[in-house]
Amino acid sequence: MTVLSLDRVTYRYPGSDAPAIEDVTLDIGPGELVVLAGGSGSGKSTLLRAANGLVPHFHGGMFSGRATVAGLDTRDHGPGALAAAVGTLFQDPETQVVMGTVRAELALPLENQGAAPAAVARAIEEAALALGIAHLLDRPTAELSGGELQRVALGAALAGRPKLILLDEPTSQLDPVAGDELIALLRRLNEDLDAAIVIAEHRLERCLGFADRAIAMRGGRVVCDAAPADFLAWACESAPELSTPGGRLLAGLGIEPVAGVKAARAALRSRGMLPEAGERGAMHTRRRTPGAEPAIRFDRVWHEIDRGPAVLRGVSLTVGAGERVALMGRNGAGKSTLLRHAAGLMQPTRGKVRTAGRVALLLQNPSDYLVHEHVRQEASAGALATVGLGDPALRERHPRDLSGGEKQRLALAVVLDGAAGTNYQIAVVCLDEPTRGMDRRRKDELAALVCELDAAVIVATHDPEFVAAFAQRVILLADGAPIADGSPHEVLAGGTYFATETARILGGADGVLLPAEGVALVGRSIAPEAEVSA
Amino acid sequence: MTYRRRASPLHAARASVGCAYCAALALATLLLSAPVALGAVVVSIAGAAIGAGVSREIRRAALLALPLGLLVMAVNMVVAQGGLTVIARLGDVPVFGQTDVTLEATVYGAVLGLRAIALILCGALYTAAVDPDEVLALFRRFSFHSALTATLATRMVPVLARDARRLAEAQRCRPGPPPSRARLMRATTSGVLDRALDVAAALEVRGYGAARRPAAGRRVRRPWSRHDLAFAASAAAIVGLAVAARVANLLPFQSNPSLRAPVGVGGAAAAAAFLACALLPFADRRGIER
Repeated sequence: MTVLSLDRVTYRYPGSDAPAIEDVTLDIGPGELVVLAGGSGSGKSTLLRAANGLVPHFHGGMFSGRATVAGLDTRDHGPGALAAAVGTLFQDPETQVVMGTVRAELALPLENQGAAPAAVARAIEEAALALGIAHLLDRPTAELSGGELQRVALGAALAGRPKLILLDEPTSQLDPVAGDELIALLRRLNEDLDAAIVIAEHRLERCLGFADRAIAMRGGRVVCDAAPADFLAWACESAPELSTPGGRLLAGLGIEPVAGVKAARAALRSRGMLPEAGERGAMHTRRRTPGAEPAIRFDRVWHEIDRGPAVLRGVSLTVGAGERVALMGRNGAGKSTLLRHAAGLMQPTRGKVRTAGRVALLLQNPSDYLVHEHVRQEASAGALATVGLGDPALRERHPRDLSGGEKQRLALAVVLDGAAGTNYQIAVVCLDEPTRGMDRRRKDELAALVCELDAAVIVATHDPEFVAAFAQRVILLADGAPIADGSPHEVLAGGTYFATETARILGGADGVLLPAEGVALVGRSIAPEAEVSA
Repeated sequence: MTYRRRASPLHAARASVGCAYCAALALATLLLSAPVALGAVVVSIAGAAIGAGVSREIRRAALLALPLGLLVMAVNMVVAQGGLTVIARLGDVPVFGQTDVTLEATVYGAVLGLRAIALILCGALYTAAVDPDEVLALFRRFSFHSALTATLATRMVPVLARDARRLAEAQRCRPGPPPSRARLMRATTSGVLDRALDVAAALEVRGYGAARRPAAGRRVRRPWSRHDLAFAASAAAIVGLAVAARVANLLPFQSNPSLRAPVGVGGAAAAAAFLACALLPFADRRGIER
């Protein structure tokens, strides 16, 4: 008995020469929780769209093979007919919540199925209680946060009690707290309901720990289909970009990788390799090295909204020339507002911002910067070369046809481009949530690019792994004011939400953040014992 | 301006009743022309806005409506040539010819302007205090897809407004001269089309393509609350009073050839009764939170 069965499915989007998915065969049983892994463009989203009937009914194109969902062949049944059996959650919460109030949103799929009003009312109550959104039922959807909207969209996907739930990077647009809450909710729903869940996700460390199975895709093909631990072992060997930090740490120590922080810690403890929590040594290799001159100085900066809250509360900060700083903090802490003040998009209601030159600001959505027909028209050749887009063929392409990572680089080139005819140097480059929805390879590329810039860099981000890869200094904001300011090892190692997976596994020992550092630390700590036993 | 559920008697009433209440106020605006009567309507709307907790929204709408009201008055002053009391001679104006501004035309223009403002405020009260999803659910029985399209359009307005703000901010971050308006328009249109595709896909997976009429099961009857009854009675009384005042000519108004707008005891009582009928439902504030 399978809920989803794909038999040699190959699909090509209209106007495309290469298939988006090729010869995919897999079966998913009732109640299974499956993680779909793969880089951007590997075919994860297309596979999910083939499972809910959007491929080929909505997108068109060439489809071959056979896809069956709860016994319904997708060639004969479109997404509307499959909606009773399949619930789908996409990335962007804004465009998948279509009604004005939460109650109306939850009612929509059932009303579309022609359910009787009593059944609709009951399903709304049950979905709201299951997702903890009963208090939101009469709230306008326009007023909800991203996390709340995503819960509502999940409620709408669940309201008809589907047998299969498909989630396409559901946490990519959410902050880590909202993302973790959504994943925990899915875990509970998977236990309570008998629905199979297929979740495509870049941050595998979030969900691999409680998955039954992981499927990896590359170039539209399934390249691994295994239990999470076996998948990690395969990834460490054959696809390092898909392995989790915990997996890399264990593999580096010669231990069979396991999924999840708890299991990884247990594996280390059982071998006597878990360092004492809070243990301090000589690991702080990336000490802050501020430049001689300040690139930007915030002097008691306040931002108070008329008839609203104070978003920034007397922020005083100095960032040195060439310094790489990460701004972290929960949503609403003031990170984006601080960057807008740095770039002059907002003016402080009190206090001053002084800069040593121009401030380039890249906001969250790179597509907003791209308005021309060709890449070469967006920025000068020099700026394009700086961000690695110097390829002549690429310069002739339309900006909207670029991949997500290329768009990000192009937008960065746009803001880095000097004003024509001036020598006004860029003193600071500010990036607001640049890694949202990016796979690990793109994050690594961006971190490398950021490290090559001469200007000071300030990045507002929720992503501790990215911070560990590029930052020399981390400032933690809460309620509009800095509450911690230090090296990444000092700020990130001891926490939970603002800590890397390696730091969580090792309990913050020695301020270790990255798997390689963890391997070195454990190696050092067990070496003396080895000598003693010898 | 968007609907937001607030703790108020009008918000607590069902949408059909809220619609009827706002429609009754609008009908009274159209039926009555005496300044006292229109003043009573405007005061009623202002009182209703305060009672419903949407006074800020109505004040904003009034600020937008005021220039329109003044424009209506100004046009009538110049165009209407009736009336005996000349207050200004503009001489020979191109297109209009010999133009005199009379007191009667000015007052009539002011009444028309006040009526336009009152109608806009009725619309604003409806927008701020009546749940659009519930209203559209009423229409869904007749045309499901049209109602859903209307809901979607309402929902997308704030989303697209946010997109536009984001795009404007991003353009401010570009060094050098800003791109031309045509380029920005093209970029905006592309963004809107992307949004439209995403929304269409979301609707498809919610079963929109296979939407059927609701099953003929037993409807869940929502019992009539005290607020449903109060506002329904209020709407009926407002319409009744307006019709009675019009038929019995309780509040006469004449602007040509000379001004005449006497307010007798009957007229004053009608205006007072109108205010009472419109505002009394707000006095009962039990069970207004949901």
